[in-house]
This record gives sequence, C-alpha cells and structure tokens, in this order.
Amino acid sequence: MPESKFKSRIQLPWNSLGLVAVLIVLIIFFGLMSEYFFSAVTFRTLVNQIPALTVIAVGMTFVLLIAGIDLSVGSVMALCAAVMGILIIDHQAPIAVALIGALLMGLVCGTANGFVSAKWRIPSFVVTLGMLEIARGGAYLVTNSETKYLGDSVGFIGSPIAGLGVSAALIAAILVVVIAQWVLSKTLFGRYMIAIGTNEEAVRLSGVNPLFWKVLVFALAGLLAGLGGVFQLGYLQSADPNSGIGLELAAIAAVVIGGTSLSGGRGSVVNSFLGVLIIAVMQTGLAQLGVSEPSKRIITGMVIIAAVLFDQFREPLGRFFQRK
Amino acid sequence: MLLRIKKLNKSFVVPVLKNLDFELHEGEVHALLGSNGAGKSTLCNIISGIHTADSGSFEYCGMPYTPHSLQAAEALGICMVMQELNLFPTLSVAENLYFRSMSNRFGIVQHQAIQRRAKKALQTVGLNYIDPAQPLSQLGVGQQQLVEIASVLQRPIRLLILDEPTSALTGPQIDLLFEQIIQLKKQGIGVIYISHRMDEISRIADRVSILRDGELVATKAVADISTDRMVQLMAGDESTSIDVKESIDQSHLPNNSILLKVENLTRRTKNQSGGDSGFENISFNLNAGEVLGIGGLIGSGRTELMRAIFGADQAHKGCIRLASDGFKTRRIMKSPADAISHGIGMLVEDRKSQGLLLSHSVSKNISFAILDSLNSKLGVVDQSAEQDLAESMSKKLSIQCDSMQQPISLLSGGNQQKALLARWLAIDFSILLLDEPSRGVDARAKSQIQALIRELAAMGKAVLIISSESQELLKVSDRIAVMSNGRLAGIFKTTELSEEKLLEASFCFYSSEDNQSKSVNARI
Repeated sequence: MPESKFKSRIQLPWNSLGLVAVLIVLIIFFGLMSEYFFSAVTFRTLVNQIPALTVIAVGMTFVLLIAGIDLSVGSVMALCAAVMGILIIDHQAPIAVALIGALLMGLVCGTANGFVSAKWRIPSFVVTLGMLEIARGGAYLVTNSETKYLGDSVGFIGSPIAGLGVSAALIAAILVVVIAQWVLSKTLFGRYMIAIGTNEEAVRLSGVNPLFWKVLVFALAGLLAGLGGVFQLGYLQSADPNSGIGLELAAIAAVVIGGTSLSGGRGSVVNSFLGVLIIAVMQTGLAQLGVSEPSKRIITGMVIIAAVLFDQFREPLGRFFQRK
Repeated sequence: MLLRIKKLNKSFVVPVLKNLDFELHEGEVHALLGSNGAGKSTLCNIISGIHTADSGSFEYCGMPYTPHSLQAAEALGICMVMQELNLFPTLSVAENLYFRSMSNRFGIVQHQAIQRRAKKALQTVGLNYIDPAQPLSQLGVGQQQLVEIASVLQRPIRLLILDEPTSALTGPQIDLLFEQIIQLKKQGIGVIYISHRMDEISRIADRVSILRDGELVATKAVADISTDRMVQLMAGDESTSIDVKESIDQSHLPNNSILLKVENLTRRTKNQSGGDSGFENISFNLNAGEVLGIGGLIGSGRTELMRAIFGADQAHKGCIRLASDGFKTRRIMKSPADAISHGIGMLVEDRKSQGLLLSHSVSKNISFAILDSLNSKLGVVDQSAEQDLAESMSKKLSIQCDSMQQPISLLSGGNQQKALLARWLAIDFSILLLDEPSRGVDARAKSQIQALIRELAAMGKAVLIISSESQELLKVSDRIAVMSNGRLAGIFKTTELSEEKLLEASFCFYSSEDNQSKSVNARI
C-alpha cells in the first residue's frame, strides 16, 4: 500500500507545530515588550539555563511514557554534581574521571529507583520520593553541607565555545534530544516503552519482560540527571548541595507542556524539549519585564494547567485538523 | 402477580434476549437455568435497572414499570445480590451493612447505633458470632457473601434476585440461607434464583424457567420436571452436533504424535471477589494436528488452566512436558516469554485489557511479539519488514482496515481479534492456545476464525481452544475436555458428544455437598 506509506510520511506533527507557534508568539511578545529581550544577555541566560533541564526532561519523558514518574531527579542531579566536585577538589581526579563518577552515581540511583519499583510493584511515585530524600542527604554528606568552589577548571562545560557562541553543554543536550527521539521512534526499546505505557499486561503476555525495560528507563533517567549535574557544575563552577530543589517539577511541567501523557503510552522527546524552551523563554522574558518572582510563579503555573487542558482536547482538535 | 414481562428484547450488537416472557408471583422462588450466554444475567440486569430493555412490556405489582436505573429499581423494592461482592473490605461489618443509610448526626457516623442494628441483622443469616465492629476483610468469603445478603435483607424488598448466592457457602450456611428464603416467601416476597446447582433448584424453587440462546424454552413447576429433563432443555432437544461434524475432515487425525503432556496441573487461588478459583489435577495430552476443545462453565477453571500452561500465571503443582525434549523435563512455565520460547502462543480472553495495544497501529500490534527478530542494527525496528509482515498477515486473515498505519482502536472487534491472531501466527509456534477466540466478533469473522483454526490443525499445529458456545466447540474440536468446578469431568471425542452431554458433564462437579468434600465420583 504505497498510498498509506505516503500518508504516514506527510502526517504533520501538528502538535509540535503548535508548540513551535506558542514559542514564537512568546518570543515576539517579549521582544515587543522589552527592548532587552533580543540581546546577548538574554541569549546567554537561556543557553545556561536550558541544558540541565533539557536532559532531565528527556529522562522524565521516558519515565512518563511507561506510566511512571521520577521525583528524585533534582536531588540526584545535586548528588552527582557534588560527587564530581569532590572528586576534583578533594581527590584531584582528572575531569574525565570525575565526570564518569558523576554519571555512574546517577546511573546507580536511577537503577535503584527502577528496580525497587518494578520488581516489587511499588508505585514509582513513592520510591522516587524516597530517593529524593536519600540523594539530597547524600549530596549534603558528600559536600559536608558546604558549597564547593571549583573555579575555572570546569567552566569550559558551560561557557560558549569561541566562534560557535553556544556552550558544549547545550550542544550535548541537543544531541541527547536527537538521539532520544530517534530511540523512541525507531528502536525496539522505544516501541516497548510506548507499549508498556499503553498496556503492560499485554506486553507481558506477548512474551516481552517489562521488568527489564522499566528498570532501563529509570536507569537512563538517573544517568541523564547525572549529566544534568555535570552541566550544572560547569555553569555554577561550584558544587552546591542545594541545587536542583524543585527541578523535578520543572521537568515534569516541561514534559507535560510537550503533550506527554501522565498516564503513559504517548509522548515525544522533541516536544518535551519545546516545553523546556517555552518555560525558559517565559521565565527569562517575565524577569526582564520586571515581573516579580511571585507573579512569575503564578503565571508559570497557569501556563502548565492551560497546557494540560489543551492536551485534554488534543484528540478532537487533531481530528479537526486532519479533516482539513 | 408481582412481575410480568412480555416480549422482552435486548441486543448488545447481537440479540441477547428474544421475545422473552417471564412471570413471578408473590411468595414464589423462581429459578433461572441456562448455560453460559443464555441470557440469565441480562434478564436480571434489566429487571434490576442496570440495563434497559430494547422493547417489551413490564408490569410490577400491577403497575407499568420501566426500570431505568439501579436506584429507581431499589426504590421500588427490587434488589439484586450479585455474584461479585460489592463490599468494602477495609470498612467494618456494620459499616458495610448500612453503607447506604448510615445513621449519622451532622455527618458524624453513630457507630454504636449501627453496630446495635448490625448485630440483629447478622443474626438473620446466622452470623451471631461475628463482631460488627471488625473489618470485613477478616471474614471468610462465605461469611462476606452472607453479610451482603444480610445487607439486602435490611432494605424494604418485594423482589429479590440472587445470582449464584451459594457459590462460596458451606452446607450449614446454605441451610440457613434457605431458611431465610422460606421466611421471605411467607412475607410474599418474590425471589429470582440463579444457580448452576441442580439439587438446590429442586430444593428451594417453586418454578423453573429454562433459557437457551436468549429465548425462553420452558417454564415449569419444579415438581413436574426432572433434573435430566432440565439439562436436556438447556442444551436443546434436537442435537445439532451431527451435521456440524460433517464439515470437518478428520482424515489427518491422530497419528499419535503428542506435542504436549499436561500432568496433574494444579493452581488454586482466591479470586478477586473472594471465591475459590483455579483447577486441580488436570491431565491430558495434546496431539499435533488436533484441535482440543475445553468445555465447561465460566469460572470452571478453563481460563486459569490455559493461563498456567502459557505461564501467564504459574501452576502450583504438577507439570507439563514437551515433545521437543522427548517429554524428559518436568516443566512449569514461569512466564509467557518462557512458553513462547518453547513454541507456545496464546490468544487471551479479554482482548482490550490483555491483548491490544490500543494506541498502536495495526501493523505494530501484529508485529509486537516478534519485534526482536525484526530489528536490523542497534535495536532499530526494520519498518519495511514490519510493514510487509503486517500486509501479508492481513491478507491471509482478511483483516479489513484502511491501512496498516490505522490505529487498531478504530477497527471492529472481529478485525481486532484477527490482528491479535496474526500476532501469534507471525511466531513460529507448534502449540496455540485460544481463549474465546470468537467472542464479541460478528458472524462472518467468527466463521473465518473457525475455518482458520481447522486450517492450523491441518498444518500439523496443536490447538487448544476455550469457548463458551458449545456449538462452536463441537464444530471446531476433534476432542473436548470438559471442566467442572475446577476439575476435569472427562475428555470426549466430539463425534460421540452432543450439546446435552457436554452440558451434563459441565455441571457434574457442582453440588452443595461438593463444597465440603471433594470426593464425588464423575458421573461419566
């Protein structure tokens, strides 16, 4: 059926387009309202803010896809950054070794989350809530509850590469988005994630072991939280055990704005990335307009709810667009 | 006359009740008999307002009656005790008894008052030794069932529907329940009584109505009809099995190449509603090129048996042996993946909740079980191979859809079922387990599926099939193993079997004494 193949190719990801439209509207709006919006400062703020949240949102997308949730990412990020900082400062480890140490830490936390919740069928909400506390405690323990200053040695991660204008962290984060979207739409793993989120029992009865894939998803979320920690470390040039508080909520918000279903089975990494951009642009833009922190939060909250409301009516709207 | 129903019709896609007449007198116990899908439950659901009738006239207490909701029916004194317990295990016995009308003052529950009342209510069903303050979950299943009955008896009832009330009760408890029913009769309350247990019907019922395929076959006074005759009427007088058999070519039959041996397989569990479910000591052989049907009533352990062979649930005792290693290894399948790796596939009973990936396309549903063999490199799904597979399968099974990319949720039941069958046919299996393969599909898809099953057997596959329709079972099977109350009632050659005999075997391990002692001899 060549016709059907054709059809599927030209089916527009109108949901992505909708998000892009929202993003453009926001940028134009802030551009008109504030003369400083189109400036190097804004750009730098955005570029610095985005990478950590982006990679964490990618991991969160996978977790939500299998109908789970990971509340521990913010703490795990802080713990991984702390581990990396301590390895560099107290153990004089080469940066590459410290980086691997941070990623491993994230992987361990994530695997523990996945294994405990999938193996013993404990809701991931509870398990990762526990991990949120454990990892935060770990971060305080490792750093002795002090912010460890690293200075310029790790600055290269977050600062713009000469000639390109963007940081290594941002490039890495975008690379993660591209790879993760590819994994989701092309590979066996991606297919299994969506299937587990849709109907786990059917997956099991088809001879696929959901346990392995679920653990893998949480392990990846942990690993990506570790990577986020590395980015954060590079940006702050210090290991702050208090960093990333509430980040899990920002990540979930970004993913939900991107249209990923909280009940699993439907989602897109690219859309989550667009969700991150929308949140980042809004926060930066509102700050430049001189909106106070409380008002900023109220507006952000309303946008999240609006996004979910919009998502509720996604299907009828989608049908409307397809008919055209 | 308490209730008079005339020319009742009801369809769920297919007609379930056809021109049914039913009458219930005051103070009468009227038993409903019929095999699976005969329409008993639908009739009761309509009377109690859960479903609405398509057409037909109702008269209740001499007034026209249009039951449009459960609440409306209850307001008129019509109550139903359902098979599944509708109770709250974490609340106390007393709270369960008075859940709808809890004595309260400004929203504060008056525990002492309801416990006092509960104590009395429990006495009516012989549970005087139960403390009303204790959580319901501490009670046994039979006791819980009695609590539910006691709770209904507290309401002002005029018509009571009991759907298999004794399935979890012991002998003395049944005696007590029957005493209560006799009390109700004296008060002029009409009782509709559904049970699979013939001895109970002879004991408690005044009249019996026998349903078959949604039609009323007969209404008789219990004194005027023998148990054997009831079974005959349920099955249908004219045995249709003979002409159906002609369509099957049996020339390929058993060359005695056994593929699977099931030995003393046992799994006993409490099911969700609290009843005992599962199966015990099931043994049979499955031959290549054979369709072995599993007959029996819903809840007789058919599905549980099949799921254990497939590893969806693990068997507790016994084993299965496979031809692939010369029947040397005693196996219990640990997971579906385990069974699939040994060449066993299974089409599950409930396609929506256990089979379909509703948000996926037709092709993704078909390819799902062999996805790992469709990957090219790095775990990337080879989408053109997937498309080819889906197209060839849908051609083979004539699945009707706009394209392979269409979401499977938009397909008809029959086409969804065929897509799930395709999922298994894509695998190289030697044994296929089919649980109700034609449930909820239209007539055309049904005959296509049946033809396919015969075709698979002709190819030398071994097929095990469960069906609640005895006609279908007789049509496609070479042999039929009949299960009754979790045990094997016997294995019959289909050529020697009629619907009547099949039904008789299905009922053979259901009797009141059977609940306590398992030492009943098979009648066949």
